[in-house]
Amino acid sequence: MTGMNTRGRVLLYGLLTVLLVVVIAPFVWMILGSFKTQGELLQSPPTWWPETVTLDNYTQLFSRLNFKQYFFNSTVVAVCVTAGNLLFCSMLGYALAMLDFKGKKILFIVVMGTLMIPGVVTFVPLFVLVANIGLIDTLPGLILPFLAAPFGVFLMRQFFLGLPRDLLDAGRVDGAGELRIFRQIFLPLAGPALATLGILTFLGSWNNFLWPLVVAQQEKTYTLPVALALYSTGQNSTQYGLLLAGATVVVVPVLAIFLVFQRRVIEGIATTGIK
Amino acid sequence: MAATTEVTPRGETGETRPSPRGGGAARRALREGPAAWMLALPFCLLFLVFTAWPVVQSLFMSLTDTKSRDLRSPFAVNVVGFDNFTKAFSDPVFRKAALNTAYFVVIGMPLTLGIALAAAVALDRGITKFRSAFRLGFYLPVITSIVAVAVVWRFLLQEEFGLINTVLGWVGITGPNWLGDPNWSMPGLILMAAWRNFGTAMIIFLAGLQGVPWVLHEAASIDGASAWQRFRHITLPMLRPTMLFVSVTTSIGYLQFFEEPFVMTNGGPLNSTISMSMYTYKQFGFGNYGYAASMSYIIFVVIAIVAAIQFRLLRDNT
Repeated sequence: MTGMNTRGRVLLYGLLTVLLVVVIAPFVWMILGSFKTQGELLQSPPTWWPETVTLDNYTQLFSRLNFKQYFFNSTVVAVCVTAGNLLFCSMLGYALAMLDFKGKKILFIVVMGTLMIPGVVTFVPLFVLVANIGLIDTLPGLILPFLAAPFGVFLMRQFFLGLPRDLLDAGRVDGAGELRIFRQIFLPLAGPALATLGILTFLGSWNNFLWPLVVAQQEKTYTLPVALALYSTGQNSTQYGLLLAGATVVVVPVLAIFLVFQRRVIEGIATTGIK
Repeated sequence: MAATTEVTPRGETGETRPSPRGGGAARRALREGPAAWMLALPFCLLFLVFTAWPVVQSLFMSLTDTKSRDLRSPFAVNVVGFDNFTKAFSDPVFRKAALNTAYFVVIGMPLTLGIALAAAVALDRGITKFRSAFRLGFYLPVITSIVAVAVVWRFLLQEEFGLINTVLGWVGITGPNWLGDPNWSMPGLILMAAWRNFGTAMIIFLAGLQGVPWVLHEAASIDGASAWQRFRHITLPMLRPTMLFVSVTTSIGYLQFFEEPFVMTNGGPLNSTISMSMYTYKQFGFGNYGYAASMSYIIFVVIAIVAAIQFRLLRDNT
């Protein structure tokens, strides 16, 4: 059917498997390495399986280096940002898809126009703004600028456009108010879109780096990537086991979420094209 | 028009009947407006304060000599016109950063998209089993933190005990001191970027390949076209819109590359990996806010121009 002979197919499987090994190996090496001693990590040639398994790196991470706090910060920020985007983006997305109002076109163009504006363009004035409202080194300072992202509006609007307008008219005939129609008829139907948006937003926030690096200037507000980056470039830069354990702590929760929800994530990427 | 006079008190007629625009739409907007704006308001407030305002402000700031000591009074600064921009273009480090960024994009993007397209085509038609397992595996690096990945790759690229040079040693190649050699530092970062990012492009290519009708391939192969000819003359042209989308989004990401040099090389050795974003961040760190804002605007304009060029080149020119 595919017009390929057996030898070609075996070759293809072989190449794909090699590529898969190349892609996965760094993760496996990271996780295995996080259980190795410093001495073993400096061996040449490098070992694959740990010769002596040690949990020392993780103990140090959470006792000496305060990764508990960073984990907590990352989680709070990601949960709040996700909740905010689910709420605010679905509200505006619904209004843009289903309702008619003055200024709708302009609003849509302006919000979508900023979809492509990179974070590097706004971080300096944003820093000045956040500093002036006294939110440097606070979790709200990490959360507020990301609560309302154009990407979510785009995704939710696309989804609501696909729902039948009859539902809206039926709700009105039954005498329900506009907000109630949104909350009780449309929002419950938006489960799949909300799940996709929620997962993508959570992953994006968890991995976010530039803004937390700018705003979190004291240890107490570091997120995991900030802490890991600063430790890896600072005085712990040669504590290889410690850094691999840190990287594992950053990566593993995300891998777990991804493996559970992978279909939704991949479909989300395929339809919107934005990670 | 007649239809507007027929609107019932419940206002349903304007929608159910194919009435002319104008009256019906205006009435609908009037009735739905308050609810719509209530739904839009929270987003709009946050958006105005944290997105729209900084965009406008960054343009103003780039025309001033704002320093960190002006933090409390962002408007009590001197307007210096385009001085920051001329300064940036004559700043040797910024020029080096611009060249490095170009290097990263020009080499990194084709590499990333090439791997992505090859993997997508192989997964789409070449194999029948384990397709979703491969797809899942290839996509893994994309969702992980660049910082964590960069930390790991710093070790993989070590000269003596790094995994990559060890593997190269198996086939008799003495690997370079990747991150310590100014000639090899950027290739090292590019390898890592391709490794991390090809999964996104692959997923989008896979979605695009669904739109290539298989009958065309069958017809062509009956006519004696080879697999490569079919790929070149059927698949590639039909993937054009997907290609445009993937290359625009990838270049936007690559033009801002920041985490990789921040974690792996700190821009070195000898500024061989400093990127425009990273130099902007450094100037921000020195307290030169106005200067940093102007450089961030340059990045923005470059991104817009590069995107526009790709639209020109890749849109359907029939």
